[in-house]
Amino acid sequence: MIYVFDYATLKLIWWALVGLLLVGFAILDGFDLGVGILLPFVGRGDDERRVVLNSVGPTWEGNQVWFITAGGATFAAWPLVYATAFSGFYAALILTLFALFFRPVGFDYRSKVADPRWRNWWDWGLFIGGFVPALVFGVAFGNLLVGVPFHFDVDQRSFYTGSLVGLLNPFGLIAGIVSVAMLTMHGALYLQLRTEGAVQARAIRAARIAAVIFVAAFAAAGYWVATGLDGFQIVAMPSPDASFVPSAKTVERLPGAWLRNYSRHPWTVSAPLAAFGGTLMALIASALRRAVLAFVLSCIAVAGVVLTAGFALFPFIMPSSTDPASSLTVWDAVSSHRTLQVMFWAAVIFLPLILVYTSWVYRVMRGKVTVQHVKDGSHSLY
Amino acid sequence: MPSADVVDLSRLQFAVTALYHFLFVPLTLGLSWILVIMESVYVMTGKEIYRDMTKFWGKLFGINFAMGVTTGITMEFQFGTNWAYFSHYVGDIFGAPLALEGLMAFFMESTFVGLFFFGWERLGRIQHLGVTFLVALGSNLSALWILIANAWMQYPVGAEFNAETMRMELTSFADLLFNPIAGPKFVHTLAAGYTAASMFVLGISSYYLLRRRDHSFAVRSFAVAAGFGLASVLSVLVLGDESGYTTGEVQKVKLAAIEAEWDTEKPPASFTAFGFPNQKAERTDFAIKIPFLMGLMATRSVDTPVTGIKELKQEHETRIRNGMKAYAALQRLKSGDRSPEAKAEFDRLKADLGYGLLLKKHAPAVVDATPDQIRAAVDDTIPNVLPIFWSFRLMVGLGLWFLFVFASAFIIVARRRLANNQWILKLALWSIPLPWIAIELGWIVAEYGRQPWTISEVLPTHLSTSSVTATDVATSLAGFIAFYTALLIVELYLMFKYARLGPSSLGTGRYDDESGAAVHGAHT
Repeated sequence: MIYVFDYATLKLIWWALVGLLLVGFAILDGFDLGVGILLPFVGRGDDERRVVLNSVGPTWEGNQVWFITAGGATFAAWPLVYATAFSGFYAALILTLFALFFRPVGFDYRSKVADPRWRNWWDWGLFIGGFVPALVFGVAFGNLLVGVPFHFDVDQRSFYTGSLVGLLNPFGLIAGIVSVAMLTMHGALYLQLRTEGAVQARAIRAARIAAVIFVAAFAAAGYWVATGLDGFQIVAMPSPDASFVPSAKTVERLPGAWLRNYSRHPWTVSAPLAAFGGTLMALIASALRRAVLAFVLSCIAVAGVVLTAGFALFPFIMPSSTDPASSLTVWDAVSSHRTLQVMFWAAVIFLPLILVYTSWVYRVMRGKVTVQHVKDGSHSLY
Repeated sequence: MPSADVVDLSRLQFAVTALYHFLFVPLTLGLSWILVIMESVYVMTGKEIYRDMTKFWGKLFGINFAMGVTTGITMEFQFGTNWAYFSHYVGDIFGAPLALEGLMAFFMESTFVGLFFFGWERLGRIQHLGVTFLVALGSNLSALWILIANAWMQYPVGAEFNAETMRMELTSFADLLFNPIAGPKFVHTLAAGYTAASMFVLGISSYYLLRRRDHSFAVRSFAVAAGFGLASVLSVLVLGDESGYTTGEVQKVKLAAIEAEWDTEKPPASFTAFGFPNQKAERTDFAIKIPFLMGLMATRSVDTPVTGIKELKQEHETRIRNGMKAYAALQRLKSGDRSPEAKAEFDRLKADLGYGLLLKKHAPAVVDATPDQIRAAVDDTIPNVLPIFWSFRLMVGLGLWFLFVFASAFIIVARRRLANNQWILKLALWSIPLPWIAIELGWIVAEYGRQPWTISEVLPTHLSTSSVTATDVATSLAGFIAFYTALLIVELYLMFKYARLGPSSLGTGRYDDESGAAVHGAHT
């Protein structure tokens, strides 16, 4: 087999690719989750709720695949992360799955029966399907920065020694708030773009409230990372071009380590700046009724938040609080050179293709979803 | 090592969630093509009724699709949550087809499925047909990648163990892709889905015909289903046979279990049509045998023997003893001995490492296993014969029944004799659930028949689970059963509701039983 990139380079590329999938997920499925959270509140009465549902109806399914594919890509490129994180966060992940169950059936089944109780029940199901995953993903990310209690034995079997309640530490909870508020804002700005009248007016108000909470929580989390939260740092490890297990390296925990990348590579500061700046400008654009611009700026802010966490952690993916040497990094949690390369080509071919046809679908379905539109399509729409 | 409770509960949870998922997948696989056929006729002839057929069967497709997606999310993440050691041990190979499924197939299917439902007014006829086609293609490609992954669990080619990272690593992507098990398995599974979908359309159309309503709509749907179903069931049987043939070549244990072949017979071996396999006594009680048949089917020759279970167990004992040495050689490497001899020793033995790992259940240190413990491990290498033997026979019997139903339906509808042959309508209606039973039985044969391995001859099931507690898994299992069952009830309720409503649910005003607003509007 001919290797176009050496192993170390591919390890870096895969960090970027998983990051790209996560950003894609946060931006695209992010506003679906946000719309789910807002559904019971911005839609009063059945027609308005159907407007909200149908604003994401034709596209949410494709968006969710960003999540599924991020999971699959983690399995293929970072099998140790897939294994350790998902089994470690067992209860949280099962809870998220159950919440996500409400979405496919909620969208498709809700309007197939006319009974208002039936419909209201599914609306709250869709709320859960938006709120719980948004919260859990935030809490999980927060805990990555805190460090997760796990270690490996000699057979590379992972053992998680924490608990579900342990995940709900103060920093994890703040990260959860960041995530929920950010996606609510993002969903609200999407609704501003795709709806009109009363629903739109409520969405604009919701975006404002969510943005304030988001910025406050994000700033608090940043302050905490800068002043109180110990980071992790690799002291020694085999060559990044080699194949080795996590315990082959030495890791230390020290204050301020999560800011190291920011001082060493100042360009990375653009991520938190995009998060703050994007949100602020999105709010201004929203107030000026420039809905497209507001939504684009919101996308930039969401990407900024995901990258802020990624840059802080790098090269760590999942640090271990109880056995720092077991920490999973881009150097040792990865698949073999061959697998990384095969999957790299798969990503190079298919990701652009996905972006092209996804854009086409959005173009076909563009325009406002109105009450009249929903009434006309009572037999065919969600 | 995980406790036996965790292993059993994890297996049960995987079986429950996979079997549930597989209630919905076959209909998606097949109905999507039936929609393509119907819509193609619409595009070619311009007849509105074919668009209505596409829309109506599409509605039922949607009700089913939602459940397929719901139960599918679990499958993508369950390897990580419950089978963490499996995920680590083989993720380098197994993860690739799963990620490719997302990138190449599921993205396509899910992105275009929204346009299928909501794009009718916004797309040209040919554009919309293209969208329907891409949904069908996407769902079928999904199955391709999943079955490539599954085939690798049955027959792990193109990979070897790396002592440095303590896992299997990919040595040839082409081998993974062109696994001899994968092709027949893929086509057999697809054709089974097409058969189920055809029976679904055939049966529901029969219901309208029996009720003497929506005649032209129902007769056309019936005809499409009869033709597609006949072609599908023929490929199920042919590819099932091919699947059996490749199984016979590379999964001798599974074949022996399917056939309850205890002793190696003089070729060509006889086929046991009936009997009660008795695992303890290693014989089949009340067996009725058909001479020569099995040897001819499984080996396609008159002189190749089908290896019996007793002989396979002897082979396994040798491999387990080799596996002990392989395990000892691995320990030597892990203790830091980097000498070329140590490496060469392990490389010589590593093909049997999986058999050594089988011993962990009985002798945790492996290398000090007693003859009794080795014998227990040898017994473990044979899956539970009775359920596999009977699942297989029921599945094949049902397959032959479908052939009869579709062939009759096809002949009758082609000769335009439906009016005189009402019996086929009743037969088709009552046969609707049967393909699902056959499909679930097929899953049991393939996956229960793979035991005691998650990856054949590489990784035993009892080592594959996560380090979670039995309480964790029992709780999630109870949750899955409760949640899925509740959703299934809702799904069936909607399926029955819309199947009974029929094309009138489209609200076009053109169909029988339209007491809704459209008809009222026309009268007032």
